[in-house]
Amino acid sequence: MIDEELVQLLTPEGERVAHPEYESTLSGDEIFGLYRDMAIIRRLCNESTSLQRQGQLALWAPIQGQEACQIGPGRALDPMDFTFPTYREHGIAWCRGVEPKEMLRIFRAVSNGGWDPYKYRHSVPAIVLGNQTLNAVGYAMGIQRDGAEEAAMTFFGDGASSQGDVLESFVWAASFNAPVVFLCQNNQWGISTPMSVQSKIPLYHRAHGFGFPGIRVDGNDVLAMYEVTKRALDNARVGGGPTLIEAYTYRLGAHTTSDDPTRYRVDAEVEVWRHRDPIERVKSLLVHEYKMKQSKFDEVAEEAEKLALQLREDVLAMDRPDPITMFDDVYAEFHPLIEEGRQEMVDLGVTGGAH
Amino acid sequence: MSQEVFLLPDVGEGLIEAEIVTWKVAVGDTVILNQPLVDVETAKATVELPSPYAGVIVTLHGNPGDMMEVHKPLITFEVGGSGSAPAPAAVVAEEPKVSNSTEGREAVLVGYGVANEEGVATRKNRRSTSPTATATPVAAAPHSSGPVRTTPPVRLLAKQNGLDIASVPGTGRDGVITRADVERALQGGGAAVAAAPRKASVPKTGPMQPTRFVGNDLAPWATGPKEERIPAKGVLKAMAEAMVLSKSTIPHAGVWLKVDATKTMELIAGLKQQPTLEGIRISPLTVIALAVTDAARHFPGINSHWDDATKEAVIKRSMALGIAADTSKGLIVPNIKEADQLDLVGMAQELNLLVDKVRAGTTSLAEMSGTSFTITNVGPFGVDAAMAIIPPGSGAILAVGQVAKAPWVVNDEVVVRQVVELCLSFDHRLIDGALASKVLAHIGNFLTDPAAAIIAG
Repeated sequence: MIDEELVQLLTPEGERVAHPEYESTLSGDEIFGLYRDMAIIRRLCNESTSLQRQGQLALWAPIQGQEACQIGPGRALDPMDFTFPTYREHGIAWCRGVEPKEMLRIFRAVSNGGWDPYKYRHSVPAIVLGNQTLNAVGYAMGIQRDGAEEAAMTFFGDGASSQGDVLESFVWAASFNAPVVFLCQNNQWGISTPMSVQSKIPLYHRAHGFGFPGIRVDGNDVLAMYEVTKRALDNARVGGGPTLIEAYTYRLGAHTTSDDPTRYRVDAEVEVWRHRDPIERVKSLLVHEYKMKQSKFDEVAEEAEKLALQLREDVLAMDRPDPITMFDDVYAEFHPLIEEGRQEMVDLGVTGGAH
Repeated sequence: MSQEVFLLPDVGEGLIEAEIVTWKVAVGDTVILNQPLVDVETAKATVELPSPYAGVIVTLHGNPGDMMEVHKPLITFEVGGSGSAPAPAAVVAEEPKVSNSTEGREAVLVGYGVANEEGVATRKNRRSTSPTATATPVAAAPHSSGPVRTTPPVRLLAKQNGLDIASVPGTGRDGVITRADVERALQGGGAAVAAAPRKASVPKTGPMQPTRFVGNDLAPWATGPKEERIPAKGVLKAMAEAMVLSKSTIPHAGVWLKVDATKTMELIAGLKQQPTLEGIRISPLTVIALAVTDAARHFPGINSHWDDATKEAVIKRSMALGIAADTSKGLIVPNIKEADQLDLVGMAQELNLLVDKVRAGTTSLAEMSGTSFTITNVGPFGVDAAMAIIPPGSGAILAVGQVAKAPWVVNDEVVVRQVVELCLSFDHRLIDGALASKVLAHIGNFLTDPAAAIIAG
């Protein structure tokens, strides 16, 4: 099932493998840092799922299984790079410094975004499929015009890979040799649409048709994800143009909390991917190669537990904004139609804040 | 200490109701934060709700099968201290365990029909009954004399089932008639059937309860339309297409065998006494399923199908054992993958799981595809035998009749034994009478002395 050309540096059993072009440059402490990121983001994700099931969030998009796809690139990025996520990039947001409670604001429907994109150089989640790839290419073209040594990076899934916006963004990125890295997390299922229907060729092959390199990485191998992303970003920053990285992975949970994956996929398939868990293989490496003690992992679990409870407290304490404020940020400047809509709501008496 | 009420959340963006599938807690239980409480089924998904509080369960506001409204009370908790602030002890319901308990959930495999009909209290829902527990339906809105308020699909549902929509009391907002109202009326639960137009005391009206017909409720003889057309959808459509395909492409043949299953029944009775097997439901079907997999190991040719495109007989050395199940939606055939790898207890557990999923309506498409051999158990409907049609994609199907006392000749004496009749239908393109006979005889021998067969392997 996995392509022969897939870049892998760490097997599911946690053993290092050699690759002709890539090797891991990370120290034991740095690898432990990646483990910590992944364990924390998984715990926060589970708490968020519970909060949704308890009626405290309108929706949640679980990340479980895809932690390495995001933590690897998240730590490969430079602070001055700019990232353009969709709604499942909690791991990227975490690495960019977004606070967990800020991530949940949009899912609790108390904000149109959740955080200041310029503070973290991380855009707010694009819910419209594929839209963020155009934003990223536009930003990357801006970097070129500024003559800065920065890169833009954008994230989407195998489902969004079929969107016209994504393919248009490929054309523009190629034509202008824009400093952008496309990361497609191929988690095998676009809601209930299997990969076999989504594309007749491996997704990373598509890049060649547009005129830039594509590469497939084991998306459950955080070491490979880190190295491949780092090289693609470095290449973009020095004028090397765009790269498409296909992170070959699997969504272990539901598409969102509104989805029931047992209705369209077999348990056996999920089981196979559980054995490829991105967190377990790093733990195995840390134990065997770096003789990491269990107490270190326990400390991470404790820290994650505290953060989860803090997140719960923060979410329950969130105030509901005055509905009228939803008109405020549609356009940066005054817009007559928006003002008309706002006035209509005022006339209806739809105002009022926390309750 | 204070009480907190957990309102049924909208778990799926704009849902208005959810059905209780299983309670995982009972009144009086102490629960911790995020402990799984209940499985609910919505129009979109079956989901598990974790506890928003640490505390003690005071009231469960419904029973399995009840349709609950979103944002109405689901569970009342007694919580310590400052109310909504949760206690620090938390667990994450990462991977809910699948329970093998069959308490309160009877198998609906063909032949093991639902013994536990609605209205019969199980241990769990008896426990949950408390003075404050209210089961839906909620009080019906007064009958409006104006135009009937409902939606087109609900109107269609009523029409297809010969039900006068105007006779259904609406429980939705402002008296709107919901799908649940119509379904309740069709099941004879509401006042609707009673209120439906009915001629004064005419003889030979037949039963007044609606009956099931491939997943549809048929109105009673007396009240239904004189002629009714049910469009082929869902299970009806699938069944019609599969049977035509099967009968028009597979040359069917069959072999029959009567078997003395007394020792099988004794084995089951004995296993039921085993304390280590408590909670594991073992039935004649369990032993028959085991006999089938054993026969396949001895005669792999029976676990096969004909590939007409390549003109090849395809022999499979792994059995996906299909079990025909009668559900509220009609006939479905989920299968147990790699059934040949299971021992008696394993088979019993897999069958329990399969029944649970059928009951809960969570059987996935994948669980219904790839069947290599099927068992259909018509016995519990009170018939002796059936000549079953082979599902497309497999080569044989075993029909099992009722296990009943009958005269049997042992050592030239007529004695009373527990007898069951088996019929094996097979695709004669690739399976001949000799092979089918050997397989059926093997299954028969297994049931005649199951302990010996299991030991012999």
